[in-house]
Amino acid sequence: MKRLLFASLLFLAILLLWQSVVSIGVWSPVLLPSPESVLRYLYTSITDGTLLEASLVTMRRLLLGYCIGLVLGLPVGLLTARFEICEDTIGVIALGLQTLPSVCWIPLALLWFGQTENAMLFVVIMGSVWSMAIATDNGVRHVPPIYLRAARTMGSRGLHTWFAVVLPASLPFLVTGMKQSWAFAWRSLMAAEIYVTVLTGFGLGQLLHFGRELNSMEQVIGVMIVIVLIGLSTDKILFSPWEQFLHHRWGTAKTG
Amino acid sequence: MMNFWAEHFHRSHPEDPSLSLQETSERCRSDDTVQAKLVVENVSKVFVTKRGNTEALVGISLVVQPAEFVCLVGRSGSGKSTLLNLIAGLEKPGQGRVLADGKPVTGPGADRMMMFQEPALFPWLDVIGNVLFGLKLKSGLTRTERREVAEFYLRSVGLEKFVHSNIHELSGGMKQRVALARALAPNPKVLLMDEPFAALDALTREQFYDDIQRIWREYKKTIVLVTHNVREAACLGERVLVFSKHPGRIAHEFIVGLQRPRDINSVAVANYATVITRALKGALDPELRGKPLGADEVAALTA
Repeated sequence: MKRLLFASLLFLAILLLWQSVVSIGVWSPVLLPSPESVLRYLYTSITDGTLLEASLVTMRRLLLGYCIGLVLGLPVGLLTARFEICEDTIGVIALGLQTLPSVCWIPLALLWFGQTENAMLFVVIMGSVWSMAIATDNGVRHVPPIYLRAARTMGSRGLHTWFAVVLPASLPFLVTGMKQSWAFAWRSLMAAEIYVTVLTGFGLGQLLHFGRELNSMEQVIGVMIVIVLIGLSTDKILFSPWEQFLHHRWGTAKTG
Repeated sequence: MMNFWAEHFHRSHPEDPSLSLQETSERCRSDDTVQAKLVVENVSKVFVTKRGNTEALVGISLVVQPAEFVCLVGRSGSGKSTLLNLIAGLEKPGQGRVLADGKPVTGPGADRMMMFQEPALFPWLDVIGNVLFGLKLKSGLTRTERREVAEFYLRSVGLEKFVHSNIHELSGGMKQRVALARALAPNPKVLLMDEPFAALDALTREQFYDDIQRIWREYKKTIVLVTHNVREAACLGERVLVFSKHPGRIAHEFIVGLQRPRDINSVAVANYATVITRALKGALDPELRGKPLGADEVAALTA
């Protein structure tokens, strides 16, 4: 309760500061709109459905790309951790491509797929797959060897060891990887939506882009707030259960 | 209740020795044709490292009878843990062979369970989940049976109140108890213990000495325990084998004929420990090498 009170006080202070800067009038209202106009934008765009539709379009792209990224990244990480030949080949590529900002995929995606949903998907997948692969690889390498010895003496072999020991033992790393992957996917998609106009659906990034084109600063700030809120809530909805489980079972530090 | 389950469980596993401990050891003494539980035949093991080769074990031979409790003592690096790993099947001998129930050991098997210095429990499973891990790999048990067996062994190590606890909530001693229950649950005939009490505090350890003696007698396990604690070896072992270093081989053998249950703080155990310590330091008459040393020799050497 106390924490909630402090948090609300902080946000109130930020709002007040914002409002007072606007009232003084040092910056033109085109550059710094009042909190009220942003709220008004949010209200109208929620009621006329544009914001909801844009959010749905964005979330659909994000979830699809992210899930494909995870499903591809996990086995890639397992392979690079298990086989030296994979480590020397795919592993190096993964490490290299992870350092490549995912915006850099956009020109290639546009040329390969044109201004289509597939281009979006491609960018999101490229943004998420490598960090998931690297986190998985890392997790598998950090499994204490004593777990494997204990499992072997109990008769665990081959695939059973992988599914019953290695994967669960690397769960803390996998969850971190999933979170990081999510963050990368989210960033890549926003970049892609801002740069690529796809007629099959307008996402939040495109809304942001139009706001700039129309010099509508309240739209820009309003959409930014929505993006932050979506990011926050997905973090809570998607990863909190995992982290709670880790905290409960492993006794890892409490988060959130 | 406990005995009921012990009987039930042992009945459902007909391969178990049905003889009592007393009968078993008498038969072993009177009749050499009883099959040894473990046979280590002229085993050598060399570890190849960048800095050169280390002879971990040279020409080790050892016979362990069913339901025997053997302790291996030696300084670190004397190869005693290596020998245990070879019996467990976690490593392969360079030369010689290891037999369990007359069959060559080719890898780890559920008939030989191992306990380590670390509990090595799986943090993603709760207490009973850890005990069930080995049971799930054993065929022929239903879900209910597995649970009953796991609960039975958790009761047996005094953890019936912690069945659904998480591993990180347990103390070091309790973790090692779970590890013991986990090793016992698949009903192996052989328990291999690699310094399982080394990381525990003194009081917890003493409690363990009582429990392990009780479990050994109750379930008629064959136990091979590696330790660097000489008193522990004298307190627990029927036989204590003293390893020498560089290269690792068995230097002395002690037969500890003291009554059970033994108290680690008793004078009789201390006397054995004194002589075994001397053997460890290489201060015993070399002529005593290879001869099994019993109560008479120990009495003479401590007089």
